[in-house]
Amino acid sequence: MFKSKTKLLQLIVTLSACAFLLIPTIMSVMAGLTANYFKGISSGLTLKWVFQVWELYADSIFLSLWLAIACLIVTLIVGLPAAYGLARHPGWLSRLLEEFISLPLAVPGLAIALALLQLYGSMKGFRASWAFILVGHVLYTLPFMVRSILAVLAAIDLKTLEEGAASLGASPWQRFRDIVVPNAMPGILAGALTVVTLSIGEFNITWMLHTPYLKTLPVGLADSYASMRLEVASAYTLVFFILIVPLLMAMQWASARAQRKTK
Amino acid sequence: MTLRVTNTAKTYPDGTKALLPTELSVAKGEIVSLLGPSGCGKTTLLRIIAGLETPDAGSEIWFGNDNVTSLPVERRKVGMVFQSYALFPNMSVRANVGYGLKMQKLPKDEIESRVTEVLELCQLQEFSGRAIDALSGGQRQRVALARAIAPRPRMLLLDEPLSALDAALREALRDELAMLLREFHITAIFVTHDQDEAMAIADRVAVMSHGHVVQSGTPEELYRNPNSPFVAGFVGNAMRLEGKVAGSTLHLDGGELALPRDGTGHNVFVRAEDVQIDTEGPLNGKVESVTFFGTHYRVGISGIMTDVLTSTYAGQNAPKVGERVEVSIKPEALMLLPEGAEI
Repeated sequence: MFKSKTKLLQLIVTLSACAFLLIPTIMSVMAGLTANYFKGISSGLTLKWVFQVWELYADSIFLSLWLAIACLIVTLIVGLPAAYGLARHPGWLSRLLEEFISLPLAVPGLAIALALLQLYGSMKGFRASWAFILVGHVLYTLPFMVRSILAVLAAIDLKTLEEGAASLGASPWQRFRDIVVPNAMPGILAGALTVVTLSIGEFNITWMLHTPYLKTLPVGLADSYASMRLEVASAYTLVFFILIVPLLMAMQWASARAQRKTK
Repeated sequence: MTLRVTNTAKTYPDGTKALLPTELSVAKGEIVSLLGPSGCGKTTLLRIIAGLETPDAGSEIWFGNDNVTSLPVERRKVGMVFQSYALFPNMSVRANVGYGLKMQKLPKDEIESRVTEVLELCQLQEFSGRAIDALSGGQRQRVALARAIAPRPRMLLLDEPLSALDAALREALRDELAMLLREFHITAIFVTHDQDEAMAIADRVAVMSHGHVVQSGTPEELYRNPNSPFVAGFVGNAMRLEGKVAGSTLHLDGGELALPRDGTGHNVFVRAEDVQIDTEGPLNGKVESVTFFGTHYRVGISGIMTDVLTSTYAGQNAPKVGERVEVSIKPEALMLLPEGAEI
């Protein structure tokens, strides 16, 4: 079966990398389902901890979901026209703008959060509202939306398609609605799933911006590890997985689809 | 509808003059071709007529009695066929063809019946439900034409409509396009760099070079009476006979030729099909190359002038490379064009 030593080596490296990645995950999930972690699996499996997480942190789960949806709406409203503008006017200025939008990816989340606190920290109502966290999330996820749409738009001859529609009597708005948006759809979908997934998982910025009454899912997770039994925190991780893994898979599917469209 | 373009020019912000002040009129129902090499301004002129490009100040474009110079493309009611067709990939063939009618806000059933009518005219009925990427090049070209014609535009503008097709298909579709355009009874302008295409389709050809119209006329006029070396060369590939003109005689390295009239101050041009290999001929040269084209041979002959003189030979027994041949050219086949008209 293993004709050469190289093949065998490849297999060993692959399996150990998988083990390295998977074992902590499995351990964590198991801990969340074990009655008493220190006694081990022999103490029995239970869903008690999962229910306890739900009781304690349901608010965090819903806050995260609403934040993700709000973040998606904002990035769509801002990102779609932005990507369209950048695609229609290629040039050094557009490239510069694109880089500028992408800057929050390179700057540590901590720095972004500090900057936001410095600027808006004194605006009490805003500082304490969920909209403040939303601003951080939008800053962080916008480049993903813009780039995803831009990649699809750059692959089609948008200018000529629009000229075609214009020659048939379509106004600029009709062109945007009938030609640009439908043809950008694979990119919009891939971008939307990325934004939602990132927003739900975002910790750095959110941890700095949150208030005791506004804990998102990952912030709640940190909180549970810091102040709850290990089993509860582990069950929390399980809940997190259940929410994020389907999103992650959908995202993979949508990006693969968008990439096919650009070929 | 007649089209009148007066004093129309286009200068790009960087100072490039894509189109020098140009006049053009197209009569109702006339099919005019803008012919020229790439970069001659033909596409710019077409795009200005369409409203896709803003001309310089002072330019005027009249559609019949309407001055449309300041109207954007969507309000000019022109049909446009793009080089890449620009078919909407998110719509079916039917939806593509119906898009212009939808923009005119026509009732649904009228759109349906008119789309069906146009699809039939362009023989596209069986493809009506297909997606654009499931069509061949020739089918796409017909969809583009059907889409442009469906809203009954005032004028049809075609930008190199056949250049995206491969050579064999191009020739077949050229005749089909010529037939369809005549069936539509519509004023049409189409841009091409292919002289055969221009001659086969157009009633009138406007030859363009370096941003202006050099000569405009029927294909026959351009072919027989070119007004400049450029037109003679571009339409029918005329060659210049490099020799010395003395009165009505042309002295070449390989002999002397009689001119149809006094040729002082003129350059002499001839086309390959008028250069005959003829044992009685006054010119003498050596065969350099023989290329077989199916219907004819193309024979390159050296020694008559500095460059190789090309002759079209239609007979069965083409001369061999290296043979010496006699060549004759009838005086009426020679084109005399004034010296200095180097455009």
